[in-house]
Formats: sequence, structure tokens, C-alpha cells
Amino acid sequence: MAKITLDNLAHSYLPDPKTPDDYALKELNHDWDDGAAYALLGASGCGKSTLLNIISGLLQPSRGRILFNDQDVTHAPTADRNIAQVFQFPVVYDTMTVYENLAFPLRNRGRPEQYITQRVQDIAQMIGMEEMLFRKARGLTADAKQKISLGRGMVRQDVNALLFDEPLTVIDPHMKWELRTQLKKLHNEFGHTMIYVTHDQTEALTFADKVVVMHDGRVVQIGTPEELFETPEHTFVGYFIGSPGMNVIPAKIDGAHAYVNGTQVALSGHYSTLDGKVEIGVRPEYARLTDEGGLPVNIRRIEDVGRHKIIRADCFGHAINIIANEGEEIGTDMTRVAFDAPHVNVYVDDWRIPPQDPLGKAA
Amino acid sequence: MQEKTVNHKAWFLVLPVLVLVAFSAVIPLMTVVNYSIQDTFGNNQFFWVGLEWFEEMLASDRMWNALGRQLLFSGIILAIEIPLGIFIALNMPKRGFWASFCLVLMSLPLLIPWNVVGTIWQIFGRVDIGLLGYTLKAIGVDYNYTNDALDAWITVIVMDVWHWTSLVALLAYAGLQSIPDAYYQAAKIDQASRWSVFRYIELPKMAGVLMIAILLRFMDSFMIYTEPFVVTGGGPGNATTFLSIDLVKMATGQFDLGPAAAFSLMYFLVILLISWVFYTVMTNLDRREG
Repeated sequence: MAKITLDNLAHSYLPDPKTPDDYALKELNHDWDDGAAYALLGASGCGKSTLLNIISGLLQPSRGRILFNDQDVTHAPTADRNIAQVFQFPVVYDTMTVYENLAFPLRNRGRPEQYITQRVQDIAQMIGMEEMLFRKARGLTADAKQKISLGRGMVRQDVNALLFDEPLTVIDPHMKWELRTQLKKLHNEFGHTMIYVTHDQTEALTFADKVVVMHDGRVVQIGTPEELFETPEHTFVGYFIGSPGMNVIPAKIDGAHAYVNGTQVALSGHYSTLDGKVEIGVRPEYARLTDEGGLPVNIRRIEDVGRHKIIRADCFGHAINIIANEGEEIGTDMTRVAFDAPHVNVYVDDWRIPPQDPLGKAA
Repeated sequence: MQEKTVNHKAWFLVLPVLVLVAFSAVIPLMTVVNYSIQDTFGNNQFFWVGLEWFEEMLASDRMWNALGRQLLFSGIILAIEIPLGIFIALNMPKRGFWASFCLVLMSLPLLIPWNVVGTIWQIFGRVDIGLLGYTLKAIGVDYNYTNDALDAWITVIVMDVWHWTSLVALLAYAGLQSIPDAYYQAAKIDQASRWSVFRYIELPKMAGVLMIAILLRFMDSFMIYTEPFVVTGGGPGNATTFLSIDLVKMATGQFDLGPAAAFSLMYFLVILLISWVFYTVMTNLDRREG
């Protein structure tokens, strides 16, 4: 188990990168705390797998260093890093039995056979494959194969970190939930440092203590699920987390108010003059329909998703989503939208700007 | 449920194929069968002899010796070409300019006609003017494929390896290219040795194409004629007289059409049998994978 430090790390797949756009992974400084469970969340192609492969040593970074417990391992081969990694698609050794597959990483490290048997039994129980231990891995279903891959990742107890690269993509939903619970349990029991790559926000939010959101080769926010929800540091985090994502509307800021096409919106604090692309961001959960005040909207449709209703509307030509409670009446005269002032965030060029003095304190 | 349409006129639709197959395969084959059960004299007189030619051939040392040489030859070239082909494939670059370069280089020998290959080696190995033969003689190696059986064998085998190892290498390379990177990455994570990677990842993934390679090389070498005929003419003595060479000698050299026909039918059946065995093994392999 180890603390993993990324020091000015950057990677490009091009031999001679020049502009920042050439980098698949832009400069990154971060400590992965020993024993924490992280989820690495982001859209496809944002650099998640690149980062993972650099940590496990399958890829050499173009720049920067990587340290395990303050020891430089940037150029250490994968085998020396003692890392377990599970990939998106199942990797099993076809000609081996399930048992031999699970025992393989231990045998390669010369562990005593008695210990191996014990470990394989434990893991088989965890992934629910005790009955199939002596079957050949060839011809098993994709999700059985992926369970073997997961099992091979978990079979070693002394790993520095466990890396998962979207491991549950091919698993059916019920098993997905069960395996995630098992992973969580494993984490609580042994306290491995775990990094779990996914593009599924539910998976990320349920698995991890801390979620790292990546966008376009850059880490845009690291925080608890609550922080990501309440104060997204980047409009991408706002869009990506939450269902539907945050509403982002261009606005002008003056003091403690924003103006959308001349209509005033209250903010959570005072702001100085802002330059660049200025926008306000409000989660649909903090918007509500009303018959007076707020911004005028055109309601396009209302979706009833069970626990609540999602109202899809237009506000000065911008799409906007509002969440209303199941029992809430929506009258024909409710053609305006109001926001909860403490939950309105201000963004300049996609990055969040905190208020200079939050109104709560000033008052 | 719709009734199944029955219309016997449909048979006429397969008639063209039947005619084509008759002329291309059945009629020539039946001519051979015809020769194998009759004795012929000049003036197109035929006498029924039943299975006599077959009995004669089965009792003669000549055919068995040729078969023995043939099996030894096929065995040796398989034992060299398959491992060598795999070794080359494993060491070829995976992508980029040099990968294409290697592929082109490897396919060159495959594009050369058989008799040209034979001629190249016939000259290459000559002690008087050939680069190989002359050099070997100059450094004091007693090499002469025209009067030493072992030298003749070595020449013919090296020639076949030179000509056909590329095929095995290219097939094995195709098999290797189909292995996703994740397998190698997982093996690194699992700290697998180079041997384990070969044994548990590369070899199983290559098994299918390797079976094809073995089948092709076995059948081809089992029917080899042109190259050894051009290089050694089957000699010295009968040292490199393989089945095809012996058959041609018998049929067109000695004009023993009856025994030659019986010989070629048995040759054909052996090839058919071996193909069937390979086919069965391969389909079983596929089923296990599926």
C-alpha cells in the first residue's frame, strides 16, 4: 500500500509535442492518499486510461515524475511497482482453468502452494465462481471472464494500489451492483489504495470517497460527491455530474446580481468586474417554476421520471432544465423560472469564480 | 406453415456444375482408374487385370521407399519451418515502416515460381560456379549435392525452408497481430515471464492459423516435385526421389502406365485421408474455442 504522487506529470502520444493540444494528459500534480478509494470520472478519450497506464508503468510519461511513498518509480518497470490492474475487456488465459488463472499472479511471484490455494478459494467465493474453479476458461461467457480478470486483480494482498479501468462495462446490471459492493468491502477490509476509472457517474459516486473529474486531458475537480454536486469547479463537472446536468446561461455580473438579457438574478455574494465568457450555472434541483419574478421561459415538455418531473424549457434561446417534485402542481400561468440564490455559481471561461464576500457573512 | 415446393426440374439448374466437375475432375480421374485395372499394349488394346497392379505396387519396395523418404522430408521441413516461422513472426516489428518492409521482404520468396526456385538453388549450390558451392569448397568443406546423398538432402531441405518459411511466418504474424494489447499489459501486471506470455497468450491465439500453416506445408511438401526435380533430378541414385518424382519416372519415363495409375490412386487416397484428419482436428479445435 502506498501514497502515489504525480509530480508535473504530462503525456503526449506524439514524439514531439508542442501546443497543449498535443498532450493526451496535461500537466498534473496530485497526491493519491494511501488507502483511499478514488473514482476517476470523465468522458471517453479524456485521458483517464492514459493516466492509469502511467501509474502502473505500462506507459512512460513524456514529462514529470511519479512517486510511490516518495520514492521515484518513473522509470521502474511494471513488475517492480507491484500494482494490480483490471482492464475494460476481459483478459483470461484461455488454456488455463479458472483456478490456474486466479493463481497465476501468485505463482509467478513464487508464493507457497498452500497460501495460493487459500487465496484462490477466498477470491472464488468473492466473485461467485467456486463451482467453476476447475473448468477451462475458454468458452466462458464474457461476464464470467471479466469476473476472473477482477479476481486476478484482487488475489494479491500486498499490492501498492489496485487500478480498475472501467471493469464493469461487460457485466450485467445486477452483478455489477454486487461486484461493486464486493470491491467496496475489499477496500474497507484491506485498505488498498484504489483508483477506479469510469464514465458512469452513479458508479463513481457510490464507489469512491473522492471523485476526480477529468476533461480534455486535465483534472478539473477533485472532491467528494457532495462538493461536485454543490460547487462544480468547471462547467464540465456541472454538465457531467447530475441528471440532467447543470444549466449554464450566459450573463452579465454586477455586484451581487447577474443579468440575463437584462433580467436580474440574485447571487450568493458580491463579485468584482469579470472579463471573458461569463456564465451562471444552476442545477435543475435549485430551479423552480413560478408565476412571477425570475426569468421568462417557454416550456417545451414535461417528463415524468417517477420520483420527480423534469421540465424542459427555453430561456432566451438557451435550453434549461428544471426539476419539480412529483406532487407539485404546474399551472398554466407559471411561465417564469426562479433560482435559489445560494446555489447559483458564476463561471468565467468555464471555471468557477467564488464570490468575494458571501452575502451570508456580510449581512 | 407454407408447403415446401417440390419441383424436379430444379435438377437442371445444377447441370452446368455437374458437367464442369465431370470434365475437370471425374473424367480425368476415371481415366487413371481405367489404367489402374487394365494392362495396355500398343494399338490401344486393353486387358482386364483387376487389382494386380495395386498388389504389385504394395509388394514393391520402390513405392515404400519413396513414401519413407517423403514422410522423412515432410517431417524435417515441418520441424524446421514451423518453429522458425513462429520465431521470425515473434521478432518482426508490430507496426510502422519496418513492419511493412519485413512483410514485403518475407513475401518475396513466395512469389517466385517453383522451377525458378529450383534453378536458383541448382546454380547456387554448384561447386564449379555456384556462390554457395564454390565458397564451401574454398573453405574446405566437402560439399557436392550431385554425388553425396546427405548433401543433396541438405540442399533440398534448405531450399524448401528458404522458399516456404515466410508463409508460416506471415500466418503466425497475422495470428499475433490479432492479440489485443490488453493481454500483454495484463501479463506484465501478473508478472508473467516471457515464456509464459508465449505459452499462455501467444501460442493459444496462434493455434488456429498454425494448424492451417501445418496443413498447407504438409500437403505442399508431400506433393513436392518441381524444385527437387530441377536441383537433383531425384538423385544421387534415388536419394531424393520423393513420391511425385518417382511417380513421374514410372509413368512417363518407363511408361509403366498400369502400376503408375495404381500408385497415383493410392497417393491420392493417402492425401485425402490426411486432409480429412487435419480437417477433423481443426473443426474440433474451433468447437472447443466457440
